[in-house]
Amino acid sequence: MLGQNRTRPVVLAVSSGGGHWVQMQRLAPAFSGADVHFATTDATAIERVRASNLHVYPEANKDTPLRLIYCVLRLSWIVFWLRPDVVVSTGAAGGFLAIRLARLIGARTMFIDSIANARQLSISARLSLGVADRVLSQWPGVAASTGAEYRGAVI
Amino acid sequence: MIFTTVGTQLPFDRLLRGMDSWAACNQDVSIVAQAGASSSRFPNIQTVFQLSQSEFSDHMKAARLVVAHAGIGTILSAAELGLPVILMPRLAKFGEHRNDHQSDTAKEMARLSNVTIVDDGESLHQALDLARARNFEISRVQSDDVPDELDPLIDAIRDFVWKNEASFSLSAFSSGSEKA
Repeated sequence: MLGQNRTRPVVLAVSSGGGHWVQMQRLAPAFSGADVHFATTDATAIERVRASNLHVYPEANKDTPLRLIYCVLRLSWIVFWLRPDVVVSTGAAGGFLAIRLARLIGARTMFIDSIANARQLSISARLSLGVADRVLSQWPGVAASTGAEYRGAVI
Repeated sequence: MIFTTVGTQLPFDRLLRGMDSWAACNQDVSIVAQAGASSSRFPNIQTVFQLSQSEFSDHMKAARLVVAHAGIGTILSAAELGLPVILMPRLAKFGEHRNDHQSDTAKEMARLSNVTIVDDGESLHQALDLARARNFEISRVQSDDVPDELDPLIDAIRDFVWKNEASFSLSAFSSGSEKA
């Protein structure tokens, strides 16, 4: 069910910069017709995306605990302000965190592991298995040996 | 112009040294490198610390060859432009990355027609010499496996985004409720 007064789903697409962002852009046609907002660590994405639909959060991972806290606070603000119906992420840690937060507001969530992870799921993808509605790997072999699904790949 | 990029995370001086030493013997070839957080000097190539998305895109479009770490962003960007790319995987043993998954990535991406994998400075020089001997010609071949796996993935995501929405909007419509 959509949030109140909505005629189309609000999608929050979360991806770190670099390869995660490039993969999300290749998948962006999936969001056509929806009200899509992008959250990323790369502020220069403003060159490509409307300011009102772009949200920037800090890069962080398990080796940077203080930045991780700041990352959670920033993502909380984005998720609770936007109240997306759907959260899709191509990684990395911020994507898992956004999904974890979005569960609190009843959003549908999907984590798509980077195509770089050809042998095993990333840590963020593994953590998402217990939290997201869907976790996808872009490698059939990885999907077969984990709880992830294979539905295709960006290349 | 040869565009070299090491990505935005850790430095990758081994690749840049390889490019710099080749450039010293090929002074007439223009080489621009996004060098990341490197403290070394590379006198024979033009370097910049980092690039915005637009600047990165502009450099890719102006290049006839890309040389890079085995980063997915660069690989996909080069494939979209049909550009030849030489990849050198970062190795954990040199402190270039946290693990060796770039080696795995490189092995998998080697199947793409525009990709060449090199392990070290010597093989990098050989690949560059080969490209130069061909006058850096680009056939701009679109990666042959772009449509096959991408469309089903996009469809799967689209279905997930719109799941149940069709039935919801229809039932609201048929109940006769008016929108304010």
